[in-house]
Amino acid sequence: MDLKELYRDVILDHNRHPRNFGSFEPADGRAEGHNPLCGDRLSVFVRMDGERVADIRFEGKGCAISTASASLMTEAVKGKDRAAIRALFDKVHALLTRSDAAPDGALGKLAALSGVREFPVRVKCASLCWHTLNAALEHGAATISTE
Amino acid sequence: MAANVSLAAPPPYDAERVRHDFPILDTMVNGHPLVYLDSAASSQRPLAVLRAVEDYETHSHANVHRGVHALSQAATAAYEGARERVRRFINARTTREIIFVRGTTEGINLVAQAYARPRLGAGDEILISALEHHANIVPWQMVCEQTGCTLKVAPINRRGELQLEEFLKLLGPRTRLVAVAHVSNALGTVLPVKRIIEAAHGFGAVVLIDGAQAVPHSRVDVRALGADFYAFSGHKLYGPTGIGVLYGREELLAAMPPWQAGGDMILTVSFEKTTYNELPWKFEAGTPNISGAVGLAAAMDYLESLGVEAIAAHEQRLLQLATAELARLPEIEIIGTAAHKASVLSFTMKGVHPHDLGTILDAEGVAVRTGHHCAMPVMTFFGLPATARASFGCYNTERDVASLVQALGKAREVFA
Repeated sequence: MDLKELYRDVILDHNRHPRNFGSFEPADGRAEGHNPLCGDRLSVFVRMDGERVADIRFEGKGCAISTASASLMTEAVKGKDRAAIRALFDKVHALLTRSDAAPDGALGKLAALSGVREFPVRVKCASLCWHTLNAALEHGAATISTE
Repeated sequence: MAANVSLAAPPPYDAERVRHDFPILDTMVNGHPLVYLDSAASSQRPLAVLRAVEDYETHSHANVHRGVHALSQAATAAYEGARERVRRFINARTTREIIFVRGTTEGINLVAQAYARPRLGAGDEILISALEHHANIVPWQMVCEQTGCTLKVAPINRRGELQLEEFLKLLGPRTRLVAVAHVSNALGTVLPVKRIIEAAHGFGAVVLIDGAQAVPHSRVDVRALGADFYAFSGHKLYGPTGIGVLYGREELLAAMPPWQAGGDMILTVSFEKTTYNELPWKFEAGTPNISGAVGLAAAMDYLESLGVEAIAAHEQRLLQLATAELARLPEIEIIGTAAHKASVLSFTMKGVHPHDLGTILDAEGVAVRTGHHCAMPVMTFFGLPATARASFGCYNTERDVASLVQALGKAREVFA
């Protein structure tokens, strides 16, 4: 169990200086995510251009893993369409949960989250933002919970 | 001239020796010796408890109160012997006042459903404190929904102490039931329960004390306190999980209907009329947790062999040491600074979320609880999503405090 694998510099940087942090009104989609186990809460706001995410922001309070994951996610999905985001989520999910997940170039900076899989209780921290984004894209407005 | 008296000092408490009684403390965690600072969530079990349970299961198990055969008699003797052990431990008047339950939560729910629900209605009030564990909030919210009565909450101050004046103002002729923790699980605050009970009785209200965090850290005498109901769990008292105790004054229990129905809680059953069993079995439907009761009794024997007061004094020393050590760290804020505390040290670290802190401490072998501690209103009061909580038991040492401080340094390093 190597803490440096979990708390890589990219993660610590995005925790300290989260990108696309904040909100906007009106939003084409917004959702709130809640992890009752640790009290993490975050909101995701999206502006759409057809099928494409034109802009995205998030806000909330959470641990370093959840904040950094959300920050990295907003950078990764901006400009992508729904299908590409779904495909990316699948790759992130595999990265977080499968020990045999091969490095995937499509992940880019998101690959920094690979250390999370050694800490099973932290997987939900990293995936909360993705579930929340999903809800914002699917339903327009929703609250989701990890439990 | 004063007589020259020499009092023999009691033998010093030897936590290092106590540690040998707890095999799990030899566990290595992530390459480090385990530093177990989560006894407030669940304490570990000494060999005496493990062996008592094994001995019962190996030599004495059968169902209780049912058979004339030898093993059923042995099991019944063990189970009812455990009840007598509990009675002595908390100084109840009779074993009819000792109900075995799954834990504190079930004990509180029993009182909510079998005492409060049939008696309370619109206009009646239940008074709790803002320090309560969810298990001493939600059962009363359910009673309010069921009966139309109202839940009142006495506030706390920034130190995490109950505001006694405000509490007393909220007491009144409408107050039918008061339910408060003896010791706060989230902050460690010791509540003035004797004073609370006296004041509540002045208005004819019945008082339930949630003793889950108090019984492991102090000598509890339910009669000296004057408690009407007192609930606690075995697994926080070095006993097994799934066993706990509800103490209730006999006249109250006798007037209450059963809350679960089944075998053992009846005397006779016909399709026309069923008569209920006597106390305490009226409240113990179904086959009980016999080995759990045996283990709990063994835990009480064990604690008394160490001396409950000696353990409490030892834990106070550790709490004071840890408080002083953490107070020296500028990035640490201690949450809950009550004048009277027991065993629990809740804190946050600037720039490090409690969840990250928990992971980093765990990587160093240090087990603390992180989260809202099932006391979300307490977290909300302090404007925090969560805290880290170190809690001390009979087996902790000054070395454990040093390990905690060292691991906090590691967290500072990672997040530097």
